[in-house]
Amino acid sequence: MPIISARSVSKIYKVSEKAPGLKGTLKHFFERRIRIIKAVEQLNFEISKGEIVGFIGSNGAGKTTTLKMLCGLIHLSSGSIEVAGHNPEQRDRNFLRQITLVMGQKQQLIWDLPPMDSFRLNAAVYGLSDRETKRRINELSTMLELDNELYRPVRKLSLGQRMKAELLASLLHRPTVLFLDEPTLGLDINSQIRVRQFLAEYNYKYGATILLTSHYMGDITSLCKRVLLIHDGKLFYDGLLSDLTNKLSPYRLVKLSLTDSDSAHFVSQFGQLVEYDDHLVKLLIARENLTEVLTTILNQFKVKDIEVTDPPIEQLIGKLLKSGNI
Amino acid sequence: MKLKHLNLAYTLLSTQYALMLEYRAEIFLWAISGILPLIMYGIWSEAGVSIGLGIDSKWLFSYFVSAFIVRQFTAVWVMVSFEEDNLEGRLSPYLLQPIYPFWRYFSSHVAEQITRLPFVLLILTIIFIFNNQLFWFPSPFKVFLSIIAIFIAFTVRFLLHWIFAMICFWNDRASAIERLLLLPYLFLSGLVAPLDTFPEPIKNIALLTPFPYVLSFPAKLLAGHNVDIFNGFLNLILWAFVFFIIGFWAWKKGVRHYSGMGA
Repeated sequence: MPIISARSVSKIYKVSEKAPGLKGTLKHFFERRIRIIKAVEQLNFEISKGEIVGFIGSNGAGKTTTLKMLCGLIHLSSGSIEVAGHNPEQRDRNFLRQITLVMGQKQQLIWDLPPMDSFRLNAAVYGLSDRETKRRINELSTMLELDNELYRPVRKLSLGQRMKAELLASLLHRPTVLFLDEPTLGLDINSQIRVRQFLAEYNYKYGATILLTSHYMGDITSLCKRVLLIHDGKLFYDGLLSDLTNKLSPYRLVKLSLTDSDSAHFVSQFGQLVEYDDHLVKLLIARENLTEVLTTILNQFKVKDIEVTDPPIEQLIGKLLKSGNI
Repeated sequence: MKLKHLNLAYTLLSTQYALMLEYRAEIFLWAISGILPLIMYGIWSEAGVSIGLGIDSKWLFSYFVSAFIVRQFTAVWVMVSFEEDNLEGRLSPYLLQPIYPFWRYFSSHVAEQITRLPFVLLILTIIFIFNNQLFWFPSPFKVFLSIIAIFIAFTVRFLLHWIFAMICFWNDRASAIERLLLLPYLFLSGLVAPLDTFPEPIKNIALLTPFPYVLSFPAKLLAGHNVDIFNGFLNLILWAFVFFIIGFWAWKKGVRHYSGMGA
Protein backbone atom coordinates (compact mmCIF):
# COMPACT_ATOMS: atom_id res chain seq x y z
CA MET A 1 0.00 0.00 0.00
CA PRO A 2 1.68 3.23 -1.13
CA ILE A 3 1.83 6.16 1.30
CA ILE A 4 2.05 8.65 -1.56
CA SER A 5 0.24 8.22 -4.84
CA ALA A 6 -0.16 10.69 -7.68
CA ARG A 7 -2.52 9.90 -10.53
CA SER A 8 -2.57 11.92 -13.76
CA VAL A 9 -1.54 15.03 -11.86
CA SER A 10 -1.35 18.24 -13.87
CA LYS A 11 -0.86 21.86 -12.87
CA ILE A 12 -1.43 24.80 -15.16
CA TYR A 13 -0.43 28.37 -14.28
CA LYS A 14 -1.52 31.59 -15.89
CA VAL A 15 1.22 34.21 -15.99
CA SER A 16 1.16 37.70 -17.44
CA GLU A 17 4.10 38.67 -19.59
CA LYS A 18 5.54 42.12 -20.08
CA ALA A 19 7.99 43.36 -22.69
CA PRO A 20 10.86 45.48 -21.31
CA GLY A 21 10.96 49.28 -21.49
CA LEU A 22 8.35 52.06 -21.33
CA LYS A 23 6.51 50.86 -24.42
CA GLY A 24 6.21 47.39 -22.94
CA THR A 25 5.03 48.83 -19.63
CA LEU A 26 2.29 50.93 -21.25
CA LYS A 27 1.17 48.05 -23.41
CA HIS A 28 1.14 45.80 -20.35
CA PHE A 29 -0.98 48.35 -18.48
CA PHE A 30 -3.70 48.47 -21.11
CA GLU A 31 -3.55 44.95 -22.42
CA ARG A 32 -2.27 42.06 -20.35
CA ARG A 33 -0.74 39.22 -22.28
CA ILE A 34 -1.50 36.02 -20.43
CA ARG A 35 0.47 32.87 -21.06
CA ILE A 36 -0.58 29.43 -19.92
CA ILE A 37 2.24 27.40 -18.45
CA LYS A 38 1.96 23.68 -17.97
CA ALA A 39 4.12 23.27 -14.88
CA VAL A 40 3.29 19.59 -14.44
CA GLU A 41 1.64 17.23 -16.91
CA GLN A 42 0.06 13.83 -16.31
CA LEU A 43 2.34 12.80 -13.46
CA ASN A 44 1.88 9.24 -12.17
CA PHE A 45 3.88 7.63 -9.39
CA GLU A 46 3.59 5.82 -6.10
CA ILE A 47 5.92 5.82 -3.10
CA SER A 48 5.88 3.18 -0.39
CA LYS A 49 6.20 3.77 3.33
CA GLY A 50 9.81 4.22 4.45
CA GLU A 51 11.23 4.84 0.97
CA ILE A 52 13.70 7.64 0.25
CA VAL A 53 13.08 8.83 -3.28
CA GLY A 54 15.13 11.40 -5.15
CA PHE A 55 13.20 13.82 -7.30
CA ILE A 56 15.54 15.18 -9.91
CA GLY A 57 15.31 17.49 -12.87
CA SER A 58 16.60 20.82 -14.10
CA ASN A 59 15.40 24.21 -12.86
CA GLY A 60 11.76 24.81 -13.79
CA ALA A 61 11.13 21.11 -14.46
CA GLY A 62 8.19 21.05 -12.03
CA LYS A 63 9.79 19.49 -8.95
CA THR A 64 8.84 22.20 -6.43
CA THR A 65 5.35 22.55 -7.93
CA THR A 66 4.85 18.81 -7.44
CA LEU A 67 6.06 18.98 -3.84
CA LYS A 68 3.69 21.87 -3.17
CA MET A 69 0.79 19.85 -4.55
CA LEU A 70 1.78 16.79 -2.54
CA CYS A 71 1.69 18.72 0.71
CA GLY A 72 -1.51 20.57 -0.17
CA LEU A 73 -0.05 24.06 -0.51
CA ILE A 74 -1.37 24.50 -4.01
CA HIS A 75 -4.30 22.89 -5.74
CA LEU A 76 -4.15 20.58 -8.73
CA SER A 77 -5.50 21.56 -12.14
CA SER A 78 -6.44 17.92 -12.74
CA GLY A 79 -5.72 14.46 -11.42
CA SER A 80 -5.62 13.25 -7.85
CA ILE A 81 -3.13 12.86 -5.03
CA GLU A 82 -3.29 10.82 -1.86
CA VAL A 83 -0.74 11.21 0.93
CA ALA A 84 -0.96 9.16 4.13
CA GLY A 85 -4.58 8.35 3.30
CA HIS A 86 -5.59 11.99 2.87
CA ASN A 87 -6.36 14.35 0.06
CA PRO A 88 -3.72 17.05 0.68
CA GLU A 89 -5.94 19.81 -0.75
CA GLN A 90 -8.30 19.49 2.20
CA ARG A 91 -5.41 20.25 4.58
CA ASP A 92 -6.98 18.09 7.24
CA ARG A 93 -5.33 18.54 10.66
CA ASN A 94 -4.48 14.84 10.91
CA PHE A 95 -2.78 15.08 7.53
CA LEU A 96 -0.81 18.19 8.49
CA ARG A 97 0.42 16.43 11.63
CA GLN A 98 1.95 13.68 9.50
CA ILE A 99 3.86 15.74 6.97
CA THR A 100 6.50 18.42 6.71
CA LEU A 101 7.97 20.48 3.92
CA VAL A 102 11.50 21.82 4.22
CA MET A 103 12.63 24.32 1.64
CA GLY A 104 16.32 25.11 1.46
CA GLN A 105 15.72 28.59 0.15
CA LYS A 106 12.93 29.52 2.58
CA GLN A 107 12.72 29.49 6.30
CA GLN A 108 10.05 29.13 8.93
CA LEU A 109 12.23 30.12 11.91
CA ILE A 110 11.55 33.55 13.40
CA TRP A 111 14.46 35.63 12.12
CA ASP A 112 14.99 37.89 15.14
CA LEU A 113 14.56 35.28 17.87
CA PRO A 114 16.62 32.23 18.82
CA PRO A 115 15.50 28.92 17.22
CA MET A 116 14.32 27.75 20.66
CA ASP A 117 11.43 30.24 20.49
CA SER A 118 10.32 28.84 17.13
CA PHE A 119 10.59 25.28 18.50
CA ARG A 120 8.50 26.21 21.55
CA LEU A 121 5.86 27.70 19.28
CA ASN A 122 5.83 24.70 16.96
CA ALA A 123 5.54 22.38 19.95
CA ALA A 124 2.49 24.32 21.18
CA VAL A 125 0.92 24.23 17.70
CA TYR A 126 1.29 20.43 17.64
CA GLY A 127 0.14 20.09 21.25
CA LEU A 128 3.37 18.60 22.63
CA SER A 129 3.95 18.68 26.38
CA ASP A 130 6.96 20.60 27.77
CA ARG A 131 8.64 17.35 28.76
CA GLU A 132 8.14 15.74 25.36
CA THR A 133 9.29 18.92 23.60
CA LYS A 134 12.51 18.99 25.63
CA ARG A 135 13.13 15.32 24.95
CA ARG A 136 12.63 15.70 21.20
CA ILE A 137 14.75 18.86 20.98
CA ASN A 138 17.57 17.09 22.84
CA GLU A 139 17.32 14.05 20.62
CA LEU A 140 17.19 15.94 17.32
CA SER A 141 19.83 18.49 18.30
CA THR A 142 22.21 15.65 19.20
CA MET A 143 21.55 14.00 15.84
CA LEU A 144 22.10 17.31 14.07
CA GLU A 145 25.08 18.36 16.22
CA LEU A 146 23.40 21.56 17.37
CA ASP A 147 24.02 23.00 20.82
CA ASN A 148 24.48 26.63 21.90
CA GLU A 149 23.32 27.83 18.48
CA LEU A 150 19.76 27.18 19.62
CA TYR A 151 19.93 30.16 21.97
CA ARG A 152 21.29 32.69 19.47
CA PRO A 153 19.04 34.78 17.21
CA VAL A 154 18.50 33.04 13.88
CA ARG A 155 19.95 36.01 12.00
CA LYS A 156 23.29 35.41 13.78
CA LEU A 157 23.57 31.76 12.68
CA SER A 158 25.57 30.47 9.75
CA LEU A 159 23.68 29.02 6.79
CA GLY A 160 24.54 25.46 7.87
CA GLN A 161 23.41 26.04 11.47
CA ARG A 162 20.24 27.68 10.23
CA MET A 163 19.41 24.78 7.93
CA LYS A 164 19.93 22.28 10.74
CA ALA A 165 17.70 24.37 13.01
CA GLU A 166 15.11 24.50 10.20
CA LEU A 167 15.17 20.73 10.01
CA LEU A 168 14.74 20.46 13.76
CA ALA A 169 11.77 22.85 13.69
CA SER A 170 10.19 20.92 10.83
CA LEU A 171 10.64 17.53 12.45
CA LEU A 172 9.71 18.36 16.03
CA HIS A 173 6.22 16.92 15.56
CA ARG A 174 7.86 13.75 14.18
CA PRO A 175 6.24 13.66 10.73
CA THR A 176 6.21 10.41 8.82
CA VAL A 177 6.24 11.96 5.35
CA LEU A 178 9.00 14.44 4.57
CA PHE A 179 9.07 16.64 1.49
CA LEU A 180 12.51 18.16 1.19
CA ASP A 181 13.23 20.79 -1.44
CA GLU A 182 16.96 21.43 -1.77
CA PRO A 183 17.72 20.85 1.92
CA THR A 184 21.47 21.24 1.44
CA LEU A 185 21.35 24.32 -0.79
CA GLY A 186 24.36 26.55 -0.22
CA LEU A 187 25.82 24.39 2.56
CA ASP A 188 29.51 23.55 2.78
CA ILE A 189 30.55 19.96 2.22
CA ASN A 190 30.70 19.06 5.94
CA SER A 191 27.24 20.42 6.59
CA GLN A 192 25.92 18.62 3.52
CA ILE A 193 27.30 15.34 4.81
CA ARG A 194 25.88 15.96 8.31
CA VAL A 195 22.41 16.71 6.90
CA ARG A 196 22.50 13.59 4.71
CA GLN A 197 23.55 11.42 7.64
CA PHE A 198 20.80 12.94 9.74
CA LEU A 199 18.14 12.23 7.11
CA ALA A 200 19.30 8.63 6.77
CA GLU A 201 19.18 8.23 10.57
CA TYR A 202 15.73 9.81 10.78
CA ASN A 203 14.43 7.55 8.02
CA TYR A 204 15.87 4.46 9.74
CA LYS A 205 14.70 5.40 13.23
CA TYR A 206 11.13 6.46 12.41
CA GLY A 207 10.48 4.64 9.15
CA ALA A 208 9.76 8.00 7.55
CA THR A 209 9.09 8.36 3.85
CA ILE A 210 11.25 11.01 2.19
CA LEU A 211 10.83 12.67 -1.17
CA LEU A 212 13.89 14.77 -1.82
CA THR A 213 14.81 17.24 -4.53
CA SER A 214 18.38 18.39 -4.86
CA HIS A 215 20.75 19.73 -7.44
CA TYR A 216 23.60 18.20 -5.45
CA MET A 217 23.76 14.69 -6.83
CA GLY A 218 25.69 13.71 -3.70
CA ASP A 219 22.42 14.04 -1.77
CA ILE A 220 20.66 11.74 -4.21
CA THR A 221 23.40 9.14 -4.58
CA SER A 222 24.01 8.85 -0.85
CA LEU A 223 20.35 8.69 0.18
CA CYS A 224 18.14 7.46 -2.64
CA LYS A 225 17.98 4.04 -4.25
CA ARG A 226 15.08 5.16 -6.36
CA VAL A 227 14.73 8.36 -8.39
CA LEU A 228 12.02 10.16 -10.29
CA LEU A 229 13.42 12.17 -13.19
CA ILE A 230 11.17 14.99 -14.33
CA HIS A 231 11.65 17.20 -17.35
CA ASP A 232 9.33 19.95 -18.64
CA GLY A 233 6.69 18.80 -16.16
CA LYS A 234 6.66 15.22 -17.43
CA LEU A 235 7.96 12.16 -15.67
CA PHE A 236 10.80 10.79 -17.72
CA TYR A 237 12.09 8.06 -15.46
CA ASP A 238 10.87 6.25 -12.33
CA GLY A 239 13.13 3.48 -11.07
CA LEU A 240 16.40 2.52 -9.47
CA LEU A 241 19.22 5.00 -9.63
CA SER A 242 21.61 2.21 -10.68
CA ASP A 243 19.35 1.30 -13.63
CA LEU A 244 19.27 4.93 -14.67
CA THR A 245 23.06 4.95 -14.65
CA ASN A 246 23.09 1.91 -16.90
CA LYS A 247 20.57 3.49 -19.23
CA LEU A 248 22.38 6.79 -19.41
CA SER A 249 25.79 5.27 -19.82
CA PRO A 250 26.20 1.89 -21.54
CA TYR A 251 29.90 2.16 -20.65
CA ARG A 252 32.06 1.49 -17.62
CA LEU A 253 35.05 3.56 -16.66
CA VAL A 254 38.28 1.52 -16.53
CA LYS A 255 41.42 2.95 -14.93
CA LEU A 256 44.62 1.05 -15.83
CA SER A 257 48.02 1.59 -14.29
CA LEU A 258 50.65 0.05 -16.59
CA THR A 259 54.19 -1.05 -15.82
CA ASP A 260 55.51 0.03 -19.19
CA SER A 261 54.64 3.57 -20.28
CA ASP A 262 55.05 2.67 -23.95
CA SER A 263 52.13 0.24 -23.70
CA ALA A 264 49.75 3.03 -22.72
CA HIS A 265 49.40 4.23 -26.27
CA PHE A 266 48.40 0.75 -27.50
CA VAL A 267 46.01 0.10 -24.62
CA SER A 268 44.16 3.33 -25.33
CA GLN A 269 42.90 1.82 -28.58
CA PHE A 270 40.74 -0.74 -26.75
CA GLY A 271 38.07 1.78 -25.76
CA GLN A 272 36.99 5.40 -25.75
CA LEU A 273 39.94 7.33 -24.28
CA VAL A 274 39.11 9.60 -21.37
CA GLU A 275 42.57 10.36 -19.98
CA TYR A 276 46.08 9.35 -20.92
CA ASP A 277 49.05 10.19 -18.75
CA ASP A 278 52.34 8.30 -18.90
CA HIS A 279 51.57 4.97 -17.11
CA LEU A 280 47.90 5.78 -16.44
CA VAL A 281 45.06 5.23 -18.93
CA LYS A 282 41.34 5.88 -18.38
CA LEU A 283 39.00 4.26 -20.88
CA LEU A 284 35.26 3.96 -21.39
CA ILE A 285 34.48 0.40 -22.41
CA ALA A 286 31.05 -0.87 -23.48
CA ARG A 287 29.45 -2.95 -20.72
CA GLU A 288 28.77 -5.97 -22.98
CA ASN A 289 32.43 -6.16 -24.10
CA LEU A 290 34.01 -5.44 -20.73
CA THR A 291 35.13 -8.95 -19.77
CA GLU A 292 36.42 -9.75 -23.21
CA VAL A 293 38.37 -6.50 -23.60
CA LEU A 294 39.86 -6.66 -20.09
CA THR A 295 40.99 -10.26 -20.67
CA THR A 296 42.74 -9.20 -23.88
CA ILE A 297 44.47 -6.25 -22.17
CA LEU A 298 45.60 -8.37 -19.22
CA ASN A 299 46.96 -11.03 -21.59
CA GLN A 300 48.84 -8.61 -23.82
CA PHE A 301 50.17 -5.96 -21.41
CA LYS A 302 51.73 -5.76 -17.94
CA VAL A 303 49.11 -4.17 -15.72
CA LYS A 304 50.07 -2.96 -12.21
CA ASP A 305 46.59 -1.96 -11.06
CA ILE A 306 43.06 -1.94 -12.43
CA GLU A 307 39.86 -0.17 -11.31
CA VAL A 308 36.42 -0.49 -12.91
CA THR A 309 33.69 2.02 -11.96
CA ASP A 310 30.54 3.62 -13.29
CA PRO A 311 30.99 7.12 -14.67
CA PRO A 312 29.83 9.69 -12.03
CA ILE A 313 26.01 9.86 -12.12
CA GLU A 314 26.03 13.62 -11.58
CA GLN A 315 28.00 14.01 -14.79
CA LEU A 316 25.63 11.74 -16.68
CA ILE A 317 22.41 13.37 -15.48
CA GLY A 318 23.95 16.82 -15.73
CA LYS A 319 24.89 16.13 -19.34
CA LEU A 320 21.44 14.75 -20.05
CA LEU A 321 19.60 17.72 -18.55
CA LYS A 322 21.94 20.19 -20.19
CA SER A 323 21.39 18.67 -23.60
CA GLY A 324 17.63 18.58 -23.01
CA ASN A 325 17.67 15.43 -25.08
CA ILE A 326 15.28 13.47 -22.88
CA MET B 1 -11.32 25.67 25.95
CA LYS B 2 -8.85 22.85 26.44
CA LEU B 3 -5.58 23.27 28.34
CA LYS B 4 -3.53 22.77 25.17
CA HIS B 5 -5.43 25.62 23.48
CA LEU B 6 -4.65 27.89 26.42
CA ASN B 7 -1.01 26.83 26.21
CA LEU B 8 -1.02 27.56 22.48
CA ALA B 9 -2.58 31.01 23.03
CA TYR B 10 -0.03 31.79 25.75
CA THR B 11 2.93 30.56 23.64
CA LEU B 12 1.76 32.46 20.55
CA LEU B 13 1.37 35.63 22.56
CA SER B 14 4.63 35.31 24.50
CA THR B 15 6.62 34.51 21.34
CA GLN B 16 5.10 37.45 19.48
CA TYR B 17 5.73 39.66 22.51
CA ALA B 18 9.40 38.61 22.54
CA LEU B 19 9.54 39.47 18.84
CA MET B 20 7.84 42.84 19.34
CA LEU B 21 10.30 43.74 22.10
CA GLU B 22 13.02 43.41 19.47
CA TYR B 23 11.24 46.19 17.58
CA ARG B 24 10.48 48.41 20.62
CA ALA B 25 12.06 51.55 19.10
CA GLU B 26 9.88 51.15 16.02
CA ILE B 27 6.79 50.64 18.18
CA PHE B 28 7.59 53.81 20.16
CA LEU B 29 7.66 55.76 16.90
CA TRP B 30 4.37 54.17 15.84
CA ALA B 31 2.85 55.22 19.18
CA ILE B 32 3.98 58.81 18.64
CA SER B 33 2.68 58.79 15.07
CA GLY B 34 -0.83 58.06 16.38
CA ILE B 35 -1.33 61.51 17.90
CA LEU B 36 -3.83 62.68 15.27
CA PRO B 37 -6.67 62.92 17.86
CA LEU B 38 -4.47 65.20 19.98
CA ILE B 39 -3.84 67.42 16.97
CA MET B 40 -7.58 67.45 16.31
CA TYR B 41 -8.16 68.50 19.92
CA GLY B 42 -5.80 71.44 19.39
CA ILE B 43 -7.65 72.49 16.23
CA TRP B 44 -11.13 72.13 17.77
CA SER B 45 -10.30 73.95 20.99
CA GLU B 46 -8.61 76.83 19.17
CA ALA B 47 -11.29 77.19 16.49
CA GLY B 48 -14.05 77.60 19.05
CA VAL B 49 -16.48 75.82 16.76
CA SER B 50 -17.68 73.66 19.60
CA ILE B 51 -19.10 76.54 21.67
CA GLY B 52 -22.17 76.81 19.46
CA LEU B 53 -22.70 73.08 19.81
CA GLY B 54 -22.71 73.17 23.60
CA ILE B 55 -19.40 71.34 23.92
CA ASP B 56 -16.84 72.71 26.35
CA SER B 57 -13.07 72.29 26.24
CA LYS B 58 -13.08 69.70 29.06
CA TRP B 59 -15.48 67.56 27.00
CA LEU B 60 -13.28 67.95 23.92
CA PHE B 61 -10.12 67.16 25.88
CA SER B 62 -11.50 63.98 27.45
CA TYR B 63 -12.98 62.90 24.11
CA PHE B 64 -9.87 63.35 22.00
CA VAL B 65 -7.49 61.96 24.62
CA SER B 66 -9.76 58.91 24.91
CA ALA B 67 -9.85 58.68 21.10
CA PHE B 68 -6.05 58.74 21.17
CA ILE B 69 -6.03 55.82 23.63
CA VAL B 70 -8.59 53.85 21.59
CA ARG B 71 -6.65 54.45 18.38
CA GLN B 72 -3.43 53.26 20.00
CA PHE B 73 -5.00 49.93 20.92
CA THR B 74 -7.01 49.36 17.77
CA ALA B 75 -4.19 49.81 15.24
CA VAL B 76 -4.33 47.15 12.51
CA TRP B 77 -1.79 46.40 9.76
CA VAL B 78 -2.73 42.83 8.88
CA MET B 79 -3.27 43.65 5.19
CA VAL B 80 0.32 44.80 4.80
CA SER B 81 1.86 41.87 6.68
CA PHE B 82 -0.38 39.31 4.99
CA GLU B 83 0.49 40.71 1.58
CA GLU B 84 4.22 40.58 2.37
CA ASP B 85 3.97 37.02 3.67
CA ASN B 86 2.00 35.98 0.60
CA LEU B 87 4.45 37.58 -1.84
CA GLU B 88 7.58 36.31 -0.11
CA GLY B 89 6.36 32.78 0.52
CA ARG B 90 6.30 33.06 4.31
CA LEU B 91 2.67 31.99 4.29
CA SER B 92 3.60 28.49 3.13
CA PRO B 93 4.93 27.17 6.47
CA TYR B 94 1.88 28.69 8.21
CA LEU B 95 -0.42 26.81 5.86
CA LEU B 96 1.30 23.53 6.63
CA GLN B 97 0.66 23.68 10.35
CA PRO B 98 -2.59 22.63 12.01
CA ILE B 99 -3.58 26.13 13.11
CA TYR B 100 -5.68 28.74 11.31
CA PRO B 101 -3.04 31.36 10.30
CA PHE B 102 -5.49 34.08 11.42
CA TRP B 103 -4.36 33.48 15.02
CA ARG B 104 -0.71 34.20 14.22
CA TYR B 105 -1.56 37.65 12.89
CA PHE B 106 -4.10 38.33 15.61
CA SER B 107 -1.62 37.43 18.36
CA SER B 108 1.11 39.54 16.78
CA HIS B 109 -1.25 42.55 16.93
CA VAL B 110 -2.16 41.89 20.56
CA ALA B 111 1.54 41.47 21.43
CA GLU B 112 2.28 44.78 19.76
CA GLN B 113 -0.39 46.44 21.90
CA ILE B 114 1.18 45.04 25.08
CA THR B 115 4.57 46.37 23.95
CA ARG B 116 3.00 49.73 23.13
CA LEU B 117 1.31 50.10 26.53
CA PRO B 118 4.24 51.68 28.46
CA PHE B 119 4.88 54.15 25.63
CA VAL B 120 1.21 55.16 25.59
CA LEU B 121 1.26 55.62 29.38
CA LEU B 122 4.34 57.81 29.03
CA ILE B 123 2.67 59.99 26.38
CA LEU B 124 -0.49 60.23 28.53
CA THR B 125 1.55 61.27 31.57
CA ILE B 126 3.13 64.08 29.57
CA ILE B 127 -0.30 65.18 28.29
CA PHE B 128 -1.75 65.29 31.79
CA ILE B 129 1.24 67.17 33.22
CA PHE B 130 0.62 69.98 30.72
CA ASN B 131 -3.19 69.87 30.99
CA ASN B 132 -3.82 68.96 34.62
CA GLN B 133 -6.77 71.35 34.88
CA LEU B 134 -8.64 69.24 32.30
CA PHE B 135 -7.90 65.95 34.06
CA TRP B 136 -10.89 63.62 34.47
CA PHE B 137 -11.47 60.45 36.48
CA PRO B 138 -13.66 57.84 34.81
CA SER B 139 -15.26 55.35 37.20
CA PRO B 140 -13.43 51.99 37.53
CA PHE B 141 -16.53 50.28 36.11
CA LYS B 142 -16.44 52.54 33.02
CA VAL B 143 -12.72 51.89 32.65
CA PHE B 144 -13.38 48.15 32.81
CA LEU B 145 -16.15 48.43 30.19
CA SER B 146 -13.92 50.63 28.04
CA ILE B 147 -11.13 48.05 28.05
CA ILE B 148 -13.57 45.39 26.87
CA ALA B 149 -15.04 47.76 24.26
CA ILE B 150 -11.58 48.68 23.00
CA PHE B 151 -10.62 45.02 22.63
CA ILE B 152 -13.82 44.19 20.72
CA ALA B 153 -13.36 47.33 18.61
CA PHE B 154 -9.85 46.15 17.78
CA THR B 155 -11.26 42.71 16.89
CA VAL B 156 -13.85 44.28 14.59
CA ARG B 157 -11.21 46.37 12.82
CA PHE B 158 -8.89 43.36 12.58
CA LEU B 159 -11.62 41.17 11.10
CA LEU B 160 -12.59 43.85 8.58
CA HIS B 161 -8.97 44.19 7.45
CA TRP B 162 -8.58 40.40 7.42
CA ILE B 163 -11.45 40.13 4.92
CA PHE B 164 -9.73 42.59 2.60
CA ALA B 165 -6.35 40.91 3.17
CA MET B 166 -7.86 37.78 1.61
CA ILE B 167 -7.91 39.63 -1.72
CA CYS B 168 -4.14 38.88 -1.79
CA PHE B 169 -5.07 35.36 -2.90
CA TRP B 170 -6.51 36.78 -6.12
CA ASN B 171 -4.49 39.98 -6.49
CA ASP B 172 -0.90 40.24 -5.28
CA ARG B 173 -1.20 43.86 -4.22
CA ALA B 174 -4.24 44.14 -1.99
CA SER B 175 -2.80 46.49 0.63
CA ALA B 176 -3.77 49.51 -1.48
CA ILE B 177 -7.32 48.86 -0.25
CA GLU B 178 -6.14 49.81 3.22
CA ARG B 179 -5.87 53.42 2.00
CA LEU B 180 -9.43 53.17 0.75
CA LEU B 181 -10.63 51.93 4.14
CA LEU B 182 -8.80 54.73 5.92
CA LEU B 183 -11.07 57.40 4.45
CA PRO B 184 -14.42 56.24 5.93
CA TYR B 185 -12.62 55.29 9.12
CA LEU B 186 -11.18 58.78 9.53
CA PHE B 187 -14.44 60.60 8.93
CA LEU B 188 -17.14 58.25 10.16
CA SER B 189 -15.45 56.92 13.29
CA GLY B 190 -15.28 60.25 15.06
CA LEU B 191 -11.53 60.53 14.82
CA VAL B 192 -11.45 63.89 13.04
CA ALA B 193 -14.66 65.27 14.53
CA PRO B 194 -16.90 63.94 17.33
CA LEU B 195 -20.06 62.35 15.99
CA ASP B 196 -22.11 64.76 18.14
CA THR B 197 -21.02 67.57 15.84
CA PHE B 198 -22.25 65.81 12.67
CA PRO B 199 -25.47 66.93 10.96
CA GLU B 200 -28.22 64.48 11.94
CA PRO B 201 -28.64 62.75 8.50
CA ILE B 202 -24.86 62.13 8.19
CA LYS B 203 -24.69 60.93 11.77
CA ASN B 204 -27.50 58.46 11.08
CA ILE B 205 -25.69 57.15 8.01
CA ALA B 206 -22.44 56.83 10.00
CA LEU B 207 -24.24 54.82 12.67
CA LEU B 208 -25.23 52.24 10.05
CA THR B 209 -21.53 51.48 9.52
CA PRO B 210 -19.13 49.80 11.98
CA PHE B 211 -16.83 52.83 12.13
CA PRO B 212 -18.41 54.86 14.99
CA TYR B 213 -18.45 51.75 17.19
CA VAL B 214 -14.73 51.09 16.79
CA LEU B 215 -13.66 54.54 17.95
CA SER B 216 -16.36 56.96 19.05
CA PHE B 217 -18.22 54.49 21.27
CA PRO B 218 -15.24 53.24 23.35
CA ALA B 219 -13.76 56.76 23.46
CA LYS B 220 -16.95 58.27 24.85
CA LEU B 221 -17.26 55.42 27.32
CA LEU B 222 -13.73 56.06 28.57
CA ALA B 223 -14.24 59.81 28.60
CA GLY B 224 -17.31 59.32 30.82
CA HIS B 225 -19.70 60.91 28.29
CA ASN B 226 -23.31 59.93 27.82
CA VAL B 227 -23.42 56.86 25.60
CA ASP B 228 -25.82 53.99 24.96
CA ILE B 229 -23.70 51.17 26.38
CA PHE B 230 -26.04 48.34 25.40
CA ASN B 231 -26.42 49.54 21.82
CA GLY B 232 -22.66 50.13 21.51
CA PHE B 233 -21.73 46.64 22.66
CA LEU B 234 -24.52 45.04 20.66
CA ASN B 235 -23.27 46.68 17.47
CA LEU B 236 -19.65 45.75 18.18
CA ILE B 237 -20.55 42.11 18.77
CA LEU B 238 -22.80 41.96 15.71
CA TRP B 239 -20.17 43.48 13.44
CA ALA B 240 -17.52 41.15 14.87
CA PHE B 241 -19.77 38.16 14.20
CA VAL B 242 -20.61 39.23 10.64
CA PHE B 243 -16.96 39.98 9.78
CA PHE B 244 -15.78 36.72 11.34
CA ILE B 245 -18.17 34.71 9.16
CA ILE B 246 -17.22 36.63 6.00
CA GLY B 247 -13.51 36.44 6.86
CA PHE B 248 -13.61 32.70 7.37
CA TRP B 249 -15.57 32.20 4.15
CA ALA B 250 -13.11 34.43 2.22
CA TRP B 251 -10.22 32.42 3.67
CA LYS B 252 -11.75 29.12 2.56
CA LYS B 253 -12.35 30.48 -0.93
CA GLY B 254 -9.05 32.31 -1.21
CA VAL B 255 -6.66 29.65 0.01
CA ARG B 256 -7.63 27.54 -3.02
CA HIS B 257 -6.00 30.19 -5.16
CA TYR B 258 -2.74 30.29 -3.21
CA SER B 259 0.10 29.96 -5.67
CA GLY B 260 2.94 29.50 -3.19
CA MET B 261 4.87 32.36 -4.72
CA GLY B 262 8.47 32.71 -3.65
CA ALA B 263 8.39 29.38 -1.88
